[in-house]
Amino acid sequence: MSGSRLPDGGRINRSVPVEFHWDNRRVSGFKGDTLASALMAHGETIFGRSFKYHRPRGIMSAGVEESGAIVTVGRGARRDPNVKATTQEIYNGLYAKGQNAWPNVRRDLGAVNSLFSRFFSAGFYYKTFMGIPPMEWGKGTGIWMQYEKLIRKAAGMGVASREPDPDIYDHGHLFCDVLVVGSGPAGLAAAVEAAKAGLDVVLVEQDFEIGGDYLNQSNTEAEQKRAAAIAELEKHGARVMTRTTAFGLYDYGVAGLLERVTDHLSEPASHMPRQRFLTLRTRHTILATGAMERTVAFGNNDTPGIMTAAAANTYVNRFGVLPGKQIIVATNNDSAYGPALTLAKTGAEVTLLDSRTSIPGNISGLLETKGVTVKTGAAALNANGKRGISSLDLATGTHAHWTAADTQECDLLLVSGGWSPVVNLLSHRGVRPVWNTDNLCFVAPEYDEPIQMAGSACAIWGTSDCEASGQAAGAAAVAAIKGQSVSTPAPKAGGWETPIDPLYEVSVEGKHLKSFIDPQHDVTADDVRLAHQEGFVSVEHLKRYTTLGMATDQGKMGNIIGLALMAEALGKEIPQVGTTTFRPPYTPISLGALTGRGKGAHFKALRRTPMHEWNLAHGATMTEAGLWQRPWYFAREGETITEAYIRETITTRETVGLVDVTSLGKIAIQGPDATELINRVYSNAFAKLPVGKARYGIMLRDDGIVMDDGTSWRFSETDYFMTTTTAHAAKVMVFLEELLQTRWSNLKVHVTSVSEQWAGSAVAGPKSRAVLEACVADPASVSNDALPFMGVIETTLKNGVPCRIARISFSGEMAYEMYVESDYAQSMMDLLWPAAQSFDGCLYGTETLGALRIEKGHVTGVELDGRATIDDAGLGKMASEQKSYIGSALRKRPDLTRTDRPQLVGIFPKDKTEKFKAGSVLCAEDKVEGHGDGWITAVTHSPSLGHWIGLGYINGGYDQWTDQTVVAADPVRTGNTNVEIVSPHMVDPSGERMRG
Amino acid sequence: MIRINCPFCGERDHSDFTYGGDGSIVYPELDAPAEEWVEAIFQRENIRGVQTETWHHVSGCRQWLVVERDTMTHEIHSIKAAHEGVAKVLEAGK
Repeated sequence: MSGSRLPDGGRINRSVPVEFHWDNRRVSGFKGDTLASALMAHGETIFGRSFKYHRPRGIMSAGVEESGAIVTVGRGARRDPNVKATTQEIYNGLYAKGQNAWPNVRRDLGAVNSLFSRFFSAGFYYKTFMGIPPMEWGKGTGIWMQYEKLIRKAAGMGVASREPDPDIYDHGHLFCDVLVVGSGPAGLAAAVEAAKAGLDVVLVEQDFEIGGDYLNQSNTEAEQKRAAAIAELEKHGARVMTRTTAFGLYDYGVAGLLERVTDHLSEPASHMPRQRFLTLRTRHTILATGAMERTVAFGNNDTPGIMTAAAANTYVNRFGVLPGKQIIVATNNDSAYGPALTLAKTGAEVTLLDSRTSIPGNISGLLETKGVTVKTGAAALNANGKRGISSLDLATGTHAHWTAADTQECDLLLVSGGWSPVVNLLSHRGVRPVWNTDNLCFVAPEYDEPIQMAGSACAIWGTSDCEASGQAAGAAAVAAIKGQSVSTPAPKAGGWETPIDPLYEVSVEGKHLKSFIDPQHDVTADDVRLAHQEGFVSVEHLKRYTTLGMATDQGKMGNIIGLALMAEALGKEIPQVGTTTFRPPYTPISLGALTGRGKGAHFKALRRTPMHEWNLAHGATMTEAGLWQRPWYFAREGETITEAYIRETITTRETVGLVDVTSLGKIAIQGPDATELINRVYSNAFAKLPVGKARYGIMLRDDGIVMDDGTSWRFSETDYFMTTTTAHAAKVMVFLEELLQTRWSNLKVHVTSVSEQWAGSAVAGPKSRAVLEACVADPASVSNDALPFMGVIETTLKNGVPCRIARISFSGEMAYEMYVESDYAQSMMDLLWPAAQSFDGCLYGTETLGALRIEKGHVTGVELDGRATIDDAGLGKMASEQKSYIGSALRKRPDLTRTDRPQLVGIFPKDKTEKFKAGSVLCAEDKVEGHGDGWITAVTHSPSLGHWIGLGYINGGYDQWTDQTVVAADPVRTGNTNVEIVSPHMVDPSGERMRG
Repeated sequence: MIRINCPFCGERDHSDFTYGGDGSIVYPELDAPAEEWVEAIFQRENIRGVQTETWHHVSGCRQWLVVERDTMTHEIHSIKAAHEGVAKVLEAGK
């Protein structure tokens, strides 16, 4: 192939030259060129090397079906592999390279692979993995890992950048009445029809120019129609989007769109996203997605210089590039006659081979007057030429039997093996296309979806028929939306004078040919036959075994030939073999577009408490607790985390400590039946909780497993304040709403999440009451009588801020939880902290919170892990036998009441100087194996006891393991430690300190 | 993407909601025997066709809805508030 720019013609803007880089050389083109057309104009033929055999590959098409000119665009962090040169617009500074070749696509040392091609046939990976016959040499994973490295290096597509993607991607949402996909003659007509009827229309086009096949036509009438339609759409306010692919259709009229915003710009403005991932909701969809010309399997049909006939027409008429001068056109249908004529008009030497024996005299006569030689009953058999086609071996006969004929010199071979309507998007809706025997292609069947197909996507071949089809589809959409009956008749499929010939492969007996059906994955006709010989009969299995249609083009050009060859091997017809399922996306989508802005710190929501800044200002090191940022510890200068939390724990036990507890879930429960609701959801008695008291409560799930624990404070007959754990705040709220709305709608009670309305601090330690007295307006209100253990008051702070206080303890010390409205969080801390300091108190974080509660054997989410029953957690006394509540029936299932279930225990090291880790498996001393008998949920250094302690579960509980040595097995981390099992209440088991 | 016409908020994407579960379950009384609870909590039909299910408009009005949806096509046949009293009021207001 020796392409060259024609002196005039095409839609490129010759007054705007564009400079870019191709394989480290500077090349120029014009505005309106694709990378493929610009390089073709420079006579470039080899664009890449093939996947397995490193065969040189050139341009095969002019669109998204491209399987040859696959290149890498950009460099550094913006290196983007597997870009189709046929769709990439050129811009100043564009940097592109051929791929899968070293040192470059013209001189590729990897081409040695083609010498071993017989080893790389279908199922190569599977067979190699099983070992190479006859001795199954190399069987086994170890050696496979070695081959795999070598093979990966030699085979493959482009290489993606390993740097973080520097671009931004947006997600967006669109709504419309009618979505039209494709802006060719059918799509434009459909969009105009719908827009004229006053409907809100969105027209999307994957190309950078509106017009579809109008752009490939050289006559002025096509351009006038195109311009008129665009003007009409503008007049009626239709939204027209170019560079936008509808990549998938989903339920309820939802379409996925990918808009390429800056992929064609040299210097995009910094605020522009590279791409937009748009979710569009429409009432009706019109698919005017066109059809793709397919090729035919024959010898060396992947040689550079072989492309579809329509592609050549596009390069001449749209881009003003002549792809070759000595041209052979091989066809089995009428559609290649137009391109042959276009090329002949440029002065090129054109020979047309038609596999059919009788063709209409008027077409061939017209061609012959323009100097085209027409041969009927002839086909392409084998292409010659290593780096580009230099001659073609012809075959004569019919599709039933071919005989080798003479060889003819050429520099360009155009192939038309028929057309495949783009039914991919309809397939996404679960509609299986059916085989149309007149036009030899898959088309849409009857289906029940608010979707119209129009134009060549329905196998309608003529431009005016496509326009009529589009108009009819538009009218049908309007009628459907407005509830009218449809009257516009749509043209039928077809439009060729002579029927298409069922030609999928050309071969002659006795001659071995390398005929590609999926050039992108190097799948040949022989691979399909081999798969059949090896017993594959299902097309879905064929696909996976040979990898046919699994490359980045998803078999757009090759699938039909593969099916036809499989059908032939099976002795069946194509419809009996069926087709594989098309799935989104229609063309590849970058991962960045799928991710959008939800990456890094924006990956998930960030929740900060209202005293976040205050905590930071007072030396907090923060940690993540779910979505929350919570203080972890408050290290003094030079302190490690361990030193800090031990100091904080000692200080809290000896004097007083403050901790931010805002992240706890808080729910207002109000109404005449509030008590009834609370009494039904907690396992322990709540019916008689007096006003002015709080109570610790456990909630079970319906199935009897513990869901959450927390406290409920009673402020009046009808007003409760419930706290939940941080982790389960949302879950508890949802569950209460479910109960009240779906099961107990007769209860007069309202639940409101007030987690964000209240900020809280726990005040814990022997001096906690003294701290409170220093902070509230009326110190008598917090005296031991006024506010006894589990008492609740509403009062005001010295600074006039209203607050609510409950005397409850998680730490095991005398302790209080104090809440103020969130906006007053910092002013509360500004009162509490100086008061605590006056008693040598401290601030503490989650690490100390953990140490204090482990010493006390208080459970959290790691113990209440969705498997534990209330008895397992040692809280069986909190399960009332006097009432029924959520989970009360199923918690008594036989398996949940086994006495050998894992139960909560405390754990001490045998040698008190040793430590052990959470996650260790607890095993009997003589049986350190398998899952053991239990596990450790949490550990801490206990300042009160002076050694490491833990909480965990062990089968049968404390009683079963008294005085026995148990091994805390941690084989892959720190090794095993001998431990003893103790009561989980390791410090102050009688609870005297907190009642204080 | 399923679109759900919330009786309180209007038509929204299903990502606004969370799926609850089988909406046809009649939960036993709290003091009912364990067998009845086992039936209600663990026994589920895998329906091919129209199924009654609950959805929670968790990112919207936080109302629980009872939805009749075809599991083959996602077609929604009816949507009403799960709360009986509220459903009655909405029905009367139509």
